[in-house]
Amino acid sequence: MNAIVNISRLLKSKLARTGLSSFKGGVHPPQHKLESTTSPIRSVTLPKHLVLPLRQHVGNVSKLQVAAGDHVLKGQLLAKADGQVSAAVHAPTSGVIASIGNQLIPHPSGLPDISITLEADGRDQWIEHQALDYLSMSKPELLDHLREAGVVGLGGATFPSHIKLREDARHPVRTLIINGAECEPYISCDDMLMRERADEIVRGIEIMRYLLDAEVCAIGIEDNKPEAIQAMREAVAKSAIAIDVIAVPTIYPGGGAKQLIKVITGKEVPSGRLPTEIGVQCFNVATAYSVHRVVNHGEPVISRIVTVTGNVARPGNYEALLGMSISELVQLAGGRAEDGDLVMGGPMMGFNLPSAAVPVVKATNCIIVPSAEMFPQPEPALPCIRCTRCADVCPVNLQPQELYWFSKSQNLEKASEYNIFDCIECGCCTYVCPSNIPLVQYYRYAKSEIIAQDRAKEAADIARERNEFRLMRIEREKQERAQKHAQKAAGAKAEAGGDSAAEAAKKAAIAAAVERAKAQKAEVVAKNTEEVSPRVEAEIAKIEARRAQKPELSGQPEQTELFAEKQEPAVTSAVEQMDGTQLLSKEKQPTEEAK
Amino acid sequence: MLTALYVMIGLALLLGIVLGYSALKFKVEGDPLVARIDAILPQTQCGQCGYPGCKPYATAIAKGEADINQCPPGGDAGVHALADLLGVEYKPLNAEHGLPKPKSVAVIDENVCIGCTLCIQACPVDAILGAAKHMHTVIASECTGCELCVAPCPVDCISMEPIAESPANWKWRYPVFEIKPESTVTKKSAV
Repeated sequence: MNAIVNISRLLKSKLARTGLSSFKGGVHPPQHKLESTTSPIRSVTLPKHLVLPLRQHVGNVSKLQVAAGDHVLKGQLLAKADGQVSAAVHAPTSGVIASIGNQLIPHPSGLPDISITLEADGRDQWIEHQALDYLSMSKPELLDHLREAGVVGLGGATFPSHIKLREDARHPVRTLIINGAECEPYISCDDMLMRERADEIVRGIEIMRYLLDAEVCAIGIEDNKPEAIQAMREAVAKSAIAIDVIAVPTIYPGGGAKQLIKVITGKEVPSGRLPTEIGVQCFNVATAYSVHRVVNHGEPVISRIVTVTGNVARPGNYEALLGMSISELVQLAGGRAEDGDLVMGGPMMGFNLPSAAVPVVKATNCIIVPSAEMFPQPEPALPCIRCTRCADVCPVNLQPQELYWFSKSQNLEKASEYNIFDCIECGCCTYVCPSNIPLVQYYRYAKSEIIAQDRAKEAADIARERNEFRLMRIEREKQERAQKHAQKAAGAKAEAGGDSAAEAAKKAAIAAAVERAKAQKAEVVAKNTEEVSPRVEAEIAKIEARRAQKPELSGQPEQTELFAEKQEPAVTSAVEQMDGTQLLSKEKQPTEEAK
Repeated sequence: MLTALYVMIGLALLLGIVLGYSALKFKVEGDPLVARIDAILPQTQCGQCGYPGCKPYATAIAKGEADINQCPPGGDAGVHALADLLGVEYKPLNAEHGLPKPKSVAVIDENVCIGCTLCIQACPVDAILGAAKHMHTVIASECTGCELCVAPCPVDCISMEPIAESPANWKWRYPVFEIKPESTVTKKSAV
């Protein structure tokens, strides 16, 4: 451990010496951060009613662990992670599960999704929890704890953090970058978190560094947050490990993971690759803070800092419980929730909420209550004049004008050829477009269309495979049946043709049976025919004579003989023709007759 | 003069051997055209085209026996893709073979199902699970929505339900926005 610390100290400020690079493009929209940073982070009154969507993260929907009517404690697991790419959901306060069902969630679709509704009991009673001694734990065990605690990237992407913190032998992480840039206008939740809880963030970074075994660790903060930089520098100085606090130039979107990596390390993440492939991993400061809460306090992710700003009386940052209604939060800030469409996220990348009643989720970093002056109706769009201003500001070196044409004409193949999936939807192109074209809308449309097509293709491939397998199976079964019949038929033929002695024995047995029956019939004589008058005797003789004339009424032995004679050639011919299953039933026939 | 001749003959022989060898070595099994047409088809295996599945239809197209506009699940996009691949004119879907419908999955009313296995035999992708005299159910993720199981059911307990839009499969819409009318543009530029 000490050796690592020493190496880290040697490497300390190596990044600072090399100087900062910059990424291409970017814009300077008005900041609007001052409004929400004048007061400290405020806590919220305990909400009565919480709605917790099971899809708050990237990946599989969490698996329910409770039922309606259950009483749960604060921090109790409500839904566990389903598979690796998933995260757990916990109760933000104690109370009763009122219902489980579809509720509106903060999603651009405006569609409802499965959520747990929790009625708070007001006691806010914690479940038993304790800090983890992470240095004595194995790394996979610690990662499992993070997964079970619902830790996801709180910068907005909500990707499960335990996956990013996993050591990968192929791509060892050399540089751990903590993202405190917070480049988007209006948002100040990370700024306030760094100002007020710098020490806790550093504790979280220490755990992350331990998990990844990174050599270098740096925090990137835009230079428009001098207080946060100061607070972080002071906290870092107290840490046992070397962490660089780097002031990066203020430019939007300097807080994008790939952009920040480029600025701090000078290395560019190749198109379609992950930062780990160049040995860098990047986390948001709020994620580091939640890792600290999980490990050093045993508290799962049940709250987050949310900036409420815009057209409100008391803009600022609130430590909101996950699941509380956004309208409640807006009311706390002195705004009217029905004031038009609320925006979740920043003005560049955010989206309009379907309703003010949707809950705060892990991705809710900022709520903007807009006013007509703040976000005036966009000017009507004009045709593209091919000025390529969008290409100048694109931070990922794309050709937005080309992508626009391809997306507009639904030439999706061409759009992916021009790397539309590198687009981070930062909105710089839309911001500078002199024709007011909502470019990002087109890219979002094209991207989701391509994703849907890929999914359909995948499903078609599976269907083809299953269909081919079915046809193959039917063919195989048919062949197997044919083979079985052939075998049976061959066996029967051998029996019929080869074993004539057995056949003769069978015939003899039948004949013997017929003889026995005849003899029995002959023995049986009506007992009341003795000592009868001659008149009766004559009558009996007459009846017997009549009976002898009608063959169907004549005695049993004759009938048996008749059958035996007629049936036998038929049976043998049937044996030759019949196939397996029918043969089985036919084979019984002679013996039945024998009885 | 003679040297040049030898060189040419030598080259011809050499190239001939190389070509002959590669013709054997890199021989393409099956008909690649059928596979490429089959890749475009949606693999619903519904038989609405008049052939017992997507592969037979692809084979028929490749042979020139079937037209390219007989696949309703593939929709207009599918016809366009086939027209592009085969270098033929696009033609609108032939309504005789049915109209495109929103993608659905079969749902068995499990209270009504009598366990007759007829739907299991009809399913082209083995997406129905069950045994004789036991309730059957559809594996929704494998169901292609071909509707072939609906007709054989003697108790009419199978219905086709369109796949509902959820946040997981939701798509961004094609942006529709107001284009500035011509008159205002000229007015503004004139000012």
